[in-house]
Amino acid sequence: MEAHAVATHAHAAPTGFIRKYIFSLDHKVIGKQYYFLALFSVVVGILLSVLMRWHLVWPDARIPLLDKLSPTGAPGGIMTPEYYLSLLTMHGTLMVFFVLTTAPQSGFGNFLLPIQIGAEDMAFPRLNMLSFWVTFAGLVVLLSSFFVGDGPPLSGWTAYTPLSAVGSVAGPGEGTGQTLWVISIALFCVGSLLGALNFITTTLDLRTRGLTLMRLPLTCWAWFITAVLALLSFAVLFAAGVLLLLDRVGGTSFFVPAGLVVSDQRIAHSGGSPLLWQHLFWFFGHPEVYIAILPGMGITSHVLSTFSRKPIFGYRAMVYAMMAIGFLGFMVWGHHMFVSGMSPYVGFAFSVFTMAIGVPSAIKTFNWLGTLWGGKLRLNTAMLFAIGFVSLFVSGGLSGLFLAQPPVDTNLHATYFVVGHFHLVMGVAAIFGMFAGTFFWFPKMFGRMMNETLGKIHFWITFVGVYCIFMPMHFLGLEGNIRRYSRFTDVNFLVPLIPLHKFMTIAAFVTAGAQFIFLFNLFWSMFKGEKATENPWEATSLEWTVPSPPPFDNFAGRHPVVYRGPYEFSVPGAPKDYVMQDAPEPVAAH
Amino acid sequence: MALAIALVIAVITVISVYVFWAHVWWLPVDVSTHGASIDHQFMMTLIMTGIVFVLAQLGLAYFVWKYRDRGDRRPAKYSHGNNALEITWTTAAFIVFVGLNLLGYRSWASMRFTPAAADALRVEVWGEQFQFYFRYPGPDGQFGPTHVNLMNDATGNALGLDRDNDPASKDDIVTATLAIPVNREVELILHSKDVGHSFYVRELRVHQDLVPGMAIPIHFTASEDALNYNGGRYEIVCTQLCGLGHYKMRAFLQVMTQEDFDKWLKQQAEEQQ
Amino acid sequence: MGSTTLTPPKTKPPRGTRLGKPGRSGDGFGWGDGHGFSGGPGGGWSVPARAYRTGMWLALGAIVMLFAAFTSALVVRRGISNDWVPTALPRILYLNTVILAASSLTLELGRRALTADLATQFSRWLYATAGLGIAFVAGQLTAWHQLAARGVYLATNPSSSFFYLLTAAHGVHLLGGIAALAYLCWRVAGFNSSRRTAVDVTAIYWHFMTGLWVYILVLLTARF
Repeated sequence: MEAHAVATHAHAAPTGFIRKYIFSLDHKVIGKQYYFLALFSVVVGILLSVLMRWHLVWPDARIPLLDKLSPTGAPGGIMTPEYYLSLLTMHGTLMVFFVLTTAPQSGFGNFLLPIQIGAEDMAFPRLNMLSFWVTFAGLVVLLSSFFVGDGPPLSGWTAYTPLSAVGSVAGPGEGTGQTLWVISIALFCVGSLLGALNFITTTLDLRTRGLTLMRLPLTCWAWFITAVLALLSFAVLFAAGVLLLLDRVGGTSFFVPAGLVVSDQRIAHSGGSPLLWQHLFWFFGHPEVYIAILPGMGITSHVLSTFSRKPIFGYRAMVYAMMAIGFLGFMVWGHHMFVSGMSPYVGFAFSVFTMAIGVPSAIKTFNWLGTLWGGKLRLNTAMLFAIGFVSLFVSGGLSGLFLAQPPVDTNLHATYFVVGHFHLVMGVAAIFGMFAGTFFWFPKMFGRMMNETLGKIHFWITFVGVYCIFMPMHFLGLEGNIRRYSRFTDVNFLVPLIPLHKFMTIAAFVTAGAQFIFLFNLFWSMFKGEKATENPWEATSLEWTVPSPPPFDNFAGRHPVVYRGPYEFSVPGAPKDYVMQDAPEPVAAH
Repeated sequence: MALAIALVIAVITVISVYVFWAHVWWLPVDVSTHGASIDHQFMMTLIMTGIVFVLAQLGLAYFVWKYRDRGDRRPAKYSHGNNALEITWTTAAFIVFVGLNLLGYRSWASMRFTPAAADALRVEVWGEQFQFYFRYPGPDGQFGPTHVNLMNDATGNALGLDRDNDPASKDDIVTATLAIPVNREVELILHSKDVGHSFYVRELRVHQDLVPGMAIPIHFTASEDALNYNGGRYEIVCTQLCGLGHYKMRAFLQVMTQEDFDKWLKQQAEEQQ
Repeated sequence: MGSTTLTPPKTKPPRGTRLGKPGRSGDGFGWGDGHGFSGGPGGGWSVPARAYRTGMWLALGAIVMLFAAFTSALVVRRGISNDWVPTALPRILYLNTVILAASSLTLELGRRALTADLATQFSRWLYATAGLGIAFVAGQLTAWHQLAARGVYLATNPSSSFFYLLTAAHGVHLLGGIAALAYLCWRVAGFNSSRRTAVDVTAIYWHFMTGLWVYILVLLTARF
């Protein structure tokens, strides 16, 4: 048997600092590395959004220290319109790629997937290490654009061509900054592809005895489906990135049409198609939003079931709904382009699929409510964030139904309605998933408990805060408040909306400030928190059968055997209100 | 804790619904002939999503409160779900979501699937960083060719017309304001000189990107109402991120009677000679 | 769901063998039936050979998506504008195609030799494959030189852009294959009819690269 198993995994735990913490092959260390990379990115991303909100409502205010960061972008501390757009681009890119794609999937997934399936590591530990370091390089390249040339690009995270393709003639940051952006994204694609390959293989081939697919925790299903989406979509984004880079530095014309005159300068390219970029980008971009949210759905399902002390309602329906979301996610990209000049017939077809993708989302919501129904809810911080996730997902998801319809989208496209929608549903909801995951698995990751009081204070401010920031965006959208404007003083119908923007900015300050509570809680608990037991939440999946934190090889040479599904809570006749997945004794024998 | 979260979710729900209900912020007036069907579809969607929103949020709030752990001996229900229920709500969601979308088909079809009438007023819209230009064909009804090598803002020939050599260009009228007659179909042909822009007039319920390398036609009719608001003057704004001056890229749309429009066009023509 | 009654762990039959080679059947690894139970006393943990095949097929899936994206770009680009001038392809490409096809053949012969545990023949065919692979890359570079000598560069026209793009993208992937072959050559003594996963996985990749090249050639020459 073992003759066919090649390349045995390095068994002994490394001892040197570098092999242990830097270039580690251990999925748990790599998971934490991803987590902290995302944490760093989210801190920068939130800081950028605070600066943006500040500038939006007080465009002529002096922002302290900003001129130190960029003397040209903020002379005397007063932000220029182009610097606003640079921050906007960096905010979007950091958040979408280095936070939403990174923490829930690569962070939690790396740490937990092997343990939850009873394996000692990912299938390909070296690829795993490589994928982290390639992602890290992508982040470094992206951030370096702050310090070179004219600063970061101003074309937004979608980098629509030809604005992003014709170079610095189109605006500051469109020179070196945009090139660095493309390289960063290409690196990120490579890292994500390697990671996705690893996740899928691990899930398929490394599950322990008895762990059939339909006994997987929903987190594993979410990571698995997300990895499939990532594998198929990041390859396309990589292709688009290569073409864009060639247009920028190789003189080709994939995305740049003939006869452009930018700032009275003729552009030498000919014959390319800006819509081609949009199609390629959104072919990636729409699956990407599910890449961001699916792991959050998995975490929420896991946490809701655990703290409702109830089996998840409709396990199979949950799995099939995630599959349906993944499948349909590849057929809806055109809904970003209803007003782009795409054929209106094609647009309508896209809208039908888009409305259809609302169905599995609705199924998931109903099942979450069904899980709560009749439960015995333990309202700790992790549970609060999971409940918050459901609320935010409902709010943000429903506003998507407006944008999915071409006629209704006509007036709402490119307004704050869109900004509110995707921030609630893929931004904040996903981040609530991360918070839930952090509070839930922190004991397993760091061997200590987080502080519940601080956690709850943080939850309350954040939950109310995000609604105060993002719900009004829908109202602004009704009024036609255009997004990506650096100030609202130059269009008459926008001026009366500034007071509401001020309210949102203040809410943003408070909410952003509250995140320090979380950061403090995180780092303080890491060293001073109460020691965690093996299974502090009385949960059932395999990660709670090993010590907190788990040893290097997770199960210390033991091979867990799984006898049942992951959510066996409150089984009638069982001695406790939970039955571990690997508990062999017959439940009903008592 | 349970009561607190239930109350907070309920309050958020009530406030959100109130703001929509009371039209605290609302759609701008509609001054187009096709806008009513868009607004109708919007209202249908709002009502449907509003009902789901209230039910889901209040259901969540109620369950959190009702099923909190009270420290008693009541066990949680041991249930893995209910297939009949799954099938019911899947079917219901499918019918509601897709049905709603199909209701909007006619609205979209009337805007996009039919070309403009032959006698519609044709105007070209040109976008560049960071302004709009509008070109009327003049009495000959022909747009002259644009020459990339002549396009130059500095010399005042933004569209690159060669009025001396192209007869069709001779009477073309290039303006910074888009004037249109009321109650007459207008066909705009959208062009961009440099990067992507967008043409958005919220009161007209018209929104279309200007894509470099493409000439994209859209058509609409300003209704009688258009004269009644704000002197018939509406803002045209760019909604596609186009560079550092995106926030100030706008122009004005002026709706006038056919009579005034003819006068205005004549005056513009004279100014350009 | 369905977990109310206690069921013993299911043992599913192993997945079907791939590439139909001996030593693949009956390795005892199935979905969820305990990958790591092979260790015997001491319980050493190892990744099942199957995982390497799965990983390879997934990598090929990503590569398919990459080239699908390039293909759709090519189709759109050729369709929408009138500046498409077909680039006359250097004849040497056809020779290169033959070389690459031959390399797939030699690799298969090598695998056959490995099945029969003919170590010397196996290593000869392996070296031959790597050599042919390098010859292919050299041939592709020659094709580039010939085009450049005619004044056809990356940005000359859209068809030449796609020619360089697709040949380069394929070439980079092929270099990965050559690196894998070099690794196999280096460790050639370690393989036999029952220890051969690295060989088989490399073969999947290499044949795919051959097929991909034929696809690219058709894409570049087809008139549609």
